[in-house]
Amino acid sequence: MNNAFIIGQYVPGESIVHRLDPRTKMIIIFMFVIVVFFANSIWSYGLLTVFSLLCALTTRIHFSYILKGLTPVWFLIVFTLLLHLIVTKEGEVLFRIFSYPIYSGAVAQGAAISLRFFLLIMVTSLLTLTTTPIEITDAIESLLQPLKKIRFPVHELALMMSISLRFIPTLMQETEKISKAQASRGVDFRTGTAKERIQAVVPLLVPLFISAFKRAEELAMAMEARGYQGGEGRTKLRELKTDRLDIIVYALFAFVVILLFVIRD
Amino acid sequence: MEISFKQVSYTYQPNTPFEHRAINDLSMDISSGSFTAIIGHTGSGKSTLIQHLNGLLRPSSGKVNIGSYQLHAEAKLKGIKELRSKVGIVFQYPEHQLFEETVFKDIAFGPSNFGVDREEVGGRVDQALQAVQLPEELLDRSPFELSGGQMRRVAIAGVLAVQPELLVLDEPTAGLDPKGQKEMMNMFHQLHKQKGLTTILVTHSMEDALAYADHVIILNKGEKYLEGKPEDVFTRQQDLQKVQLDVPEVIQFITNVKDRFQVDLSYHGQTIKELAEELAAIVKGENRYE
Ligand SMILES: Nc1ncnc2c1ncn2[C@@H]1O[C@H](COP(=O)(O)OP(=O)(O)OP(=O)(O)O)[C@@H](O)[C@H]1O
Ligand SMILES: [Mg+2]
Repeated sequence: MNNAFIIGQYVPGESIVHRLDPRTKMIIIFMFVIVVFFANSIWSYGLLTVFSLLCALTTRIHFSYILKGLTPVWFLIVFTLLLHLIVTKEGEVLFRIFSYPIYSGAVAQGAAISLRFFLLIMVTSLLTLTTTPIEITDAIESLLQPLKKIRFPVHELALMMSISLRFIPTLMQETEKISKAQASRGVDFRTGTAKERIQAVVPLLVPLFISAFKRAEELAMAMEARGYQGGEGRTKLRELKTDRLDIIVYALFAFVVILLFVIRD
Repeated sequence: MEISFKQVSYTYQPNTPFEHRAINDLSMDISSGSFTAIIGHTGSGKSTLIQHLNGLLRPSSGKVNIGSYQLHAEAKLKGIKELRSKVGIVFQYPEHQLFEETVFKDIAFGPSNFGVDREEVGGRVDQALQAVQLPEELLDRSPFELSGGQMRRVAIAGVLAVQPELLVLDEPTAGLDPKGQKEMMNMFHQLHKQKGLTTILVTHSMEDALAYADHVIILNKGEKYLEGKPEDVFTRQQDLQKVQLDVPEVIQFITNVKDRFQVDLSYHGQTIKELAEELAAIVKGENRYE
C-alpha cells in the first residue's frame, strides 16, 4: 500500500540537479521530449540514452529507486514492444516462434519505440524526484507569465496547483487512517462481490469528503485572515534565479542537441 | 485476551529513501484482564504499535500473539475478521470515522459487519449508547449535527457495540474539555471492570495512567524504555525526564515535600485528597510536639 505513494515523489538532496532552477529543468525536459523524436539511428539513440543516464546519475538518487518509480509504465513499454514484434512486417525474417515469423524491422522499431518511451518517462520522473511541488508551481507560474497579457489567470492557476499538490499527501494519509478505522469495524475492502466492494467504499468516501470540505473552508478563512487578496502586488518569498550553473547546463544540453543532429541519418 | 510481542520490529516504506523504523525489537507481555497504559513522546511509535493488535499492520519481523491468533511477517492471518470482532480500537480522533445518516446506523455499523443478528444489534446499540452516556433521542439524528464531544461518544459507542474482549484506546480524550475527559476515563474504567475487558490505553496524561492503569509501558523511539507498575515507573523521575516525560503531579508533590521539608510521604496510590489529609495529620502532629 505504501509503495504506491512514492512514485515520482520528491527525494530531498543536494545534487546539482536538485539545485538547478526549476525553470531550467522544465525547459530542458520540454525540449528533450521534442528532441527524442528526432533520433533515428543507433548512434542517436545511444547519445540520448547516455545523456539521460548521466542526468539520472547526477541526481545521486539510487538508480534502482528511479526504476522502481517507473513500475506502472513498464507494462506499457513491454506491451509496445510486443505489439511491434507481432504487427510489423518489414525487413527480413529473423527467427520464428512457433512458426510465427519475427521480422528484423519489427525488432528494430519495437526496440526504438520502447526505448523512446522509457527515456521520456525516466527523464520526466527526474523532474518530480528532484524538485519540490512548490518549486514546480513557481516555475510554471513564472513560465506562463506572458499569458497574463491575454487575461489568462496565471496566478490563480498556480495557486490552485500548489494547494492541490500540498493536500495530496494529507488526503492520502487521511484515506489510510479512515480505511484503517473502518477496517477495524469489520469493513472488508479486498474481498467480496463487486457490489459489496462498491458499498465498502461509502464509509471511506463520506468522511473523506467531509474532512476535505472542512479543510477547504479553514484554509480559505486562514488565507483571508492573513490578508490574501490575489496575486496583484504580492511579493514572493522564494525568488527563482537563473545563475551560472543553469547557463552551463543549457550549454551542455545545446551541445547534445547539436551532436544529435550531426550524427542522425 | 493475553497479548505478547516477541522481538517485534516495524518499518514504514521499506527499501525506499523514506524507510523509517517505527518499532524496534520490542518485546512485551500484557496479561488478560489488565489495564495497560502506553506512554511515549510524540512519534515514539504508540499508534504503530497498537495497529498490530488487530492485524492492520503485520510486523516486519518478530511475532505478535493476541489470544489464539498469531501475526508474523511471513503470512497473512486467515481469521482476521474474527480477530477484529474481538479487538475494538478507538483511534485518535475517532469522530472522523462517522459516515452514516443516523447515529443509530453508525453505531450499528460494526456489529452488522461482524454478522450480529438484526434484533440483537438494536439491543447492543442501546447498551453502547448508555455506556457513553448519550440520551436516546440522539439515535435518529444525523451524527454530523452533534457537538464534537457528542460525536466522539457516538464513535466510541460504535466500537463498544461490537462488544470486544480487548479494548484499545488511542488518546481517547484528546481535545475534550477537562470535565468530559474525566467522565470519559471513568466510563472506560467502569467498562473495564464490569465486562472484564483487557484494556490498552495510549495516553499523554501521566495522571490518567497513574489513576487507571495497573501496568505501564513507556516507549521511546520505537523501543520499550520502561515497564512496570505505575507507582514503580513514575517514581523514576530522572529516567522519565531523559525521554521528556513528566512525573504525575501527586508524585511530583511528594518529591518536592521531601526535598523541602525532609518529610517522606511515600507514594502508595493516594489521591490528592488523601495526600492532603496525610499531610494535615503530619502538620498537626508536629504542632502537638512543639
Ligand atoms: N504511514 C506512515 N508512513 C510513514 N511513516 C509513518 C507512518 N505513520 C507513522 N510514521 C512514522 O512512524 C513514527 C511513529 O509514529 P506513530 O504514529 O506510531 O507515533 P505516536 O507515538 O502514535 O505519536 P503521537 O503521540 O504523535 O500520536 C513517526 O516517526 C512517524 O513519522
Ligand atoms: Mg499516535
